[in-house]
Amino acid sequence: MSVLVPRTLQDALQATAANPSAQLIQGGTDLMVEINFNHRKPTDVIALRRVDELKSVNIDIKNSQITIGAGLPYQQMEHGEIALHLPALAQAARTVGSPQIRSAGSIGGNLGTCSPAGDALPVLSALNATVNLQSADSSRAISIHDFMVGVKRNARMPGEIIVSTTLPIVSGWQGYSKVGVRNAMVISVASCCLVVDRINGTIAVALGAVGPTIIRCRETESWLAAQVDLKAKTTVSPNLLQEFGDRIATESKPIDDHRSTAAYRRHAVAVLARRMLTRANAQ
Amino acid sequence: MSSTTQTTTRRDVLGASALRPDGAAKVQGRFEFSSDLHAENMLWGATLRSPHPYARLVSIDLSAAYKIVGVVAIITAEDVPGKKTYGLISSDQPVFAQDFVRYVGEPIAAVAADHPETCRRALAAIKVEYEVLSPLTDAELAIQPATPPIHPDGNVIRRQQIITGDQDLQGEIIVEGTYEIGMQDQAFLGLEAALALPDSDGKGIEMHVATQWLHEDQKQIAACLDLPAERIRLTLGGVGGAFGAREDISLQVHCALLALRTSRPIKMQYSREESFYGHVHRHPAKIFIRHHAKRNGEIQRIEAKMVFDGGAYASTSSAVLINGVTHIQGPYRCPNATVVGYAVRTNNPPCGAMRGFGVVQACYAHESQMDKLAAACGLSPVEIRLRNAMVTGDKLITGQVIESVAPVARCIRETDAIALPAPLAKTAHPLEIVGGSGLTSLPHNIVRGIGWGVSIKNLMYSEKFDDFATARCQLKDGVATLKYATVEVGQGFVVLAPQIARSVLGVDEVVLDTVDTGIGSAGSTSASRQTWMSGGAVDGACRLVRQRLFEHVGKKYNIDPLRLVIEDTDVVDMIGDFRISVIEASTGVLIDETFEHHHRPTEELDENGQGNCHVAFAFVAHRAVVDVDVELGLVKVIQIATAQDVGRVLNPIAALGQIEGGIAQGLGLAVMEEIVLDKGKMRNPSFTDYLLPTALDAPSVVAVMIEEPEPQAPLGAKGIGEPPCISVTPAIAAAIRNATGRELPRVPVRPQDICF
Amino acid sequence: MNSNSEIYSLTVNGKTHEVRDSWVGESLLYVLRERLNLPGTKGACEQGECGSCTVIMDGQAVCSCLVMAATAIDSDIRTVESLSVGDSLTEVQDAFVTEGGVQCGFCTPGLVVAIEHLLSQNPDPSEIEIKEAISGNICRCTGYGRIFEAVDKAVSVRKAKSS
Repeated sequence: MSVLVPRTLQDALQATAANPSAQLIQGGTDLMVEINFNHRKPTDVIALRRVDELKSVNIDIKNSQITIGAGLPYQQMEHGEIALHLPALAQAARTVGSPQIRSAGSIGGNLGTCSPAGDALPVLSALNATVNLQSADSSRAISIHDFMVGVKRNARMPGEIIVSTTLPIVSGWQGYSKVGVRNAMVISVASCCLVVDRINGTIAVALGAVGPTIIRCRETESWLAAQVDLKAKTTVSPNLLQEFGDRIATESKPIDDHRSTAAYRRHAVAVLARRMLTRANAQ
Repeated sequence: MSSTTQTTTRRDVLGASALRPDGAAKVQGRFEFSSDLHAENMLWGATLRSPHPYARLVSIDLSAAYKIVGVVAIITAEDVPGKKTYGLISSDQPVFAQDFVRYVGEPIAAVAADHPETCRRALAAIKVEYEVLSPLTDAELAIQPATPPIHPDGNVIRRQQIITGDQDLQGEIIVEGTYEIGMQDQAFLGLEAALALPDSDGKGIEMHVATQWLHEDQKQIAACLDLPAERIRLTLGGVGGAFGAREDISLQVHCALLALRTSRPIKMQYSREESFYGHVHRHPAKIFIRHHAKRNGEIQRIEAKMVFDGGAYASTSSAVLINGVTHIQGPYRCPNATVVGYAVRTNNPPCGAMRGFGVVQACYAHESQMDKLAAACGLSPVEIRLRNAMVTGDKLITGQVIESVAPVARCIRETDAIALPAPLAKTAHPLEIVGGSGLTSLPHNIVRGIGWGVSIKNLMYSEKFDDFATARCQLKDGVATLKYATVEVGQGFVVLAPQIARSVLGVDEVVLDTVDTGIGSAGSTSASRQTWMSGGAVDGACRLVRQRLFEHVGKKYNIDPLRLVIEDTDVVDMIGDFRISVIEASTGVLIDETFEHHHRPTEELDENGQGNCHVAFAFVAHRAVVDVDVELGLVKVIQIATAQDVGRVLNPIAALGQIEGGIAQGLGLAVMEEIVLDKGKMRNPSFTDYLLPTALDAPSVVAVMIEEPEPQAPLGAKGIGEPPCISVTPAIAAAIRNATGRELPRVPVRPQDICF
Repeated sequence: MNSNSEIYSLTVNGKTHEVRDSWVGESLLYVLRERLNLPGTKGACEQGECGSCTVIMDGQAVCSCLVMAATAIDSDIRTVESLSVGDSLTEVQDAFVTEGGVQCGFCTPGLVVAIEHLLSQNPDPSEIEIKEAISGNICRCTGYGRIFEAVDKAVSVRKAKSS
């Protein structure tokens, strides 16, 4: 039984190489719940909270991208440069749990747990983010779409640490919306991230909590790009808006559970998507 | 002879916002809750619970569990030396399951071990064989005689009808509806915990426990342990809220048994998940109700059928039912009634006391009806209620005359007079808009609605129950010491009791003795009763002491005691010049008096539901303003305006705290709180999915306290704990209806109920 | 790199404590309460949904039930016990008592810590900022009204003191 608290990424990687089945822990906001509830009983733990490299932020204006360390707390994404360049991420960060959770929770945690209700994940999906993984003797960058494999299953291999995510800086409008019953500490019943890229004339819509993993509504995205010119702010007609929402709903795969019903979730994502599209095109 | 002149400094007497004596300790984290208690050489206890809602218990194999290092003892039903069952009204609930398990979470065994983790491993190693049976989860089915009984006492815990007046009257206006109230949980924060210390002879127990009624616990524990009550010495451990959930026994008997078995102190505490399984909940209910009225809106008759799902064991279901059926007319005149109510047994989680105790459910039904009646008669929600509002002297459908002060119309008018909040600004901050940081809605997506709820609530226990309270007061050298068994759950009796002593005796220094079973019962901290009952007991004991003080002063200074009064902090001769400070008057003497306060007797209901079964009543009105995103079905409660019939305000800040807190709980039931059941299993026994209102869900509360002193009440003050959580729920639902046009027969209202 | 299989040290309220023979899954909340004799911090949900267990760790308000104690080495941990010296109360604590912000008191330590933290970062918060800052602290007794009053009072008392 051991708990290792490495101080550098190098040390952390050596630790995972030496013990690939050791439990990695970052902020603890998902893992400790499982331990407290007896669903998981780790014997060897590698804590990443003191690895400063995992909290770094690299804003690369020249290449229009931002790389955010997997251990950066959500609280630090709500304002400042991240919020400026990635407003949807800032919005998503602000909806995570409570202020106490936001002090500890991180994108790395969202990726590690890979729940379809993870608040940052629709944003990563809509932005086609890259997940950067390292092990003691290798590193790789894979698309978020390849990283999220299924319900609480991801493509991380034993011995790998999620080091950071790289997100593009997009010119256009982006937003994140999340539906829950309460006005704070909201567990997502349905969520949506919408990104309009005015340079390339594309739209991305990613849905959370309405399927086994994050759903990118690619069919609706291509359909809309064919209906309107997404390079400019055009008013979308009511009929088109209605159909847009309906199509989004069709691409979702929600279930009935104790939190909500499939029918409501389908309805909710349609409404969220329509509203955000309207906001994106507001003059 | 000496005299003192008192300068007018504000004293913490009745009417002042005296500060809590435990406040400083609580803000520093030094106040000891029962979960903070420890003892040398203590072991941890934990409980094994049934995963099935209904099953035959075939066998229990403890052998593997005993092999785990650190496990000291494991007990099951056969280790209960005395009564194998317990319960508040009928003892139908097993300490540990014997032949059957009847709900998910029913205790099967308990272990004592050196660490909570050892306990968890031991519980996991106990092998239980079940023959799983098909659970009864439909309350209506439970009423049917053909349904096989799931308990030897049968599936109908109680049936009660109320038959009054003309059974055939049909009104010119008839409105009806079927209403459903979901299962709410008390969700107090201070999780169940107790520390039991065995006596060295093994024939007694000292227990520190968070509970609502020390003496009732003592009685039940003694019976199960087969020990005399005097050997079960209970001391109140700090209580982190109760709201009814601690009225029933949870871990007390288990903890005591483990202590006696191991001859070591035992600490037991529940996790949040276990807490959901370990205590009773609010009865879910289905209520059909039909109002017959004249064209002008005057109610002439009600018909109602009420079904309360009591879950696996009876707890206080019988009394909850009586409250339900006797309050279904609401605070309105109603000359004729045909009402029948059932409290039934199912394999759903057991239900019992929760703040409001059956009246919450009845109120949701009658207030939803009042708005339907208003619409049918062309009256406003306020007009219909004023037209029918009760006054002192009116009768309940049980035949009981309302003798209490009954300012129903005044509650409604004063609530109506409270200014409405400003409309939602176009530039409102996102956190002020429905959906909050989820950014779901903009101001133009929002519709505002207003709704009303008015309630009557009985105070104290009913149907011949003599729930008296005892208090002892000692006066010596200017210091009053109070002893009582009244449980402080947070409601503020610890502030009130000293205020009473200061008012009656003219002392400023009041010491509160330990709350334990070393004095007579104070009854339960529930039913909005402690200010009236324990306040009455403290008041009574202090008055006896005061009388003895006057006799002492009279004898010493040759004055007729009848001429003496307390004025501020002095004993004063009303007729002469004599004045002496209470401190001086009581120096060198010890006066010690104990008083039992009983309320007036009540009656049981006869087979037609007739009888003076309640002691007294309080009234309240609520008006809710809500913002609704109709398309998404999301709600934010903006303002609750309320006027509550409190009799007399004894501590303004404490009273306001009770009102605001009760409103938050009623809000929870209206829009977010429900234990979701699936064939007897709880789907959401955690705070992730059992949602409590947060600071961002709290509405602005504007409260008026109506003071028309209640002559029956020893201090003129009525109980105020329950009314705030009762009519606020239908008021919020009515406001949502006003905004959306939806019928909303069920609470909690969920987004899909609004959208579809 | 530190290996904490059997003994590790935590720095709590300025003092260093040694923790021995612990189980790896113990939360910081458990260790504070059951091993370090600091029971002021409370636990009510084990999943970060109530805020009763709020402590300040390295200058951030976190839920101690979600911190694996053995990973909190070399962190500066401050609990409710560190706020007041002796019997004197901070302005926040005093305001909670005078304004009726305390009923059963179970949520109180977590709330007081969260508010002291808020005011240390933002001495004059708006109503919305206060509500958001304590949106992770559940109170079941008060309905929050008197708590908001307590914060307002603490803010004005502090402002008056510093002017």
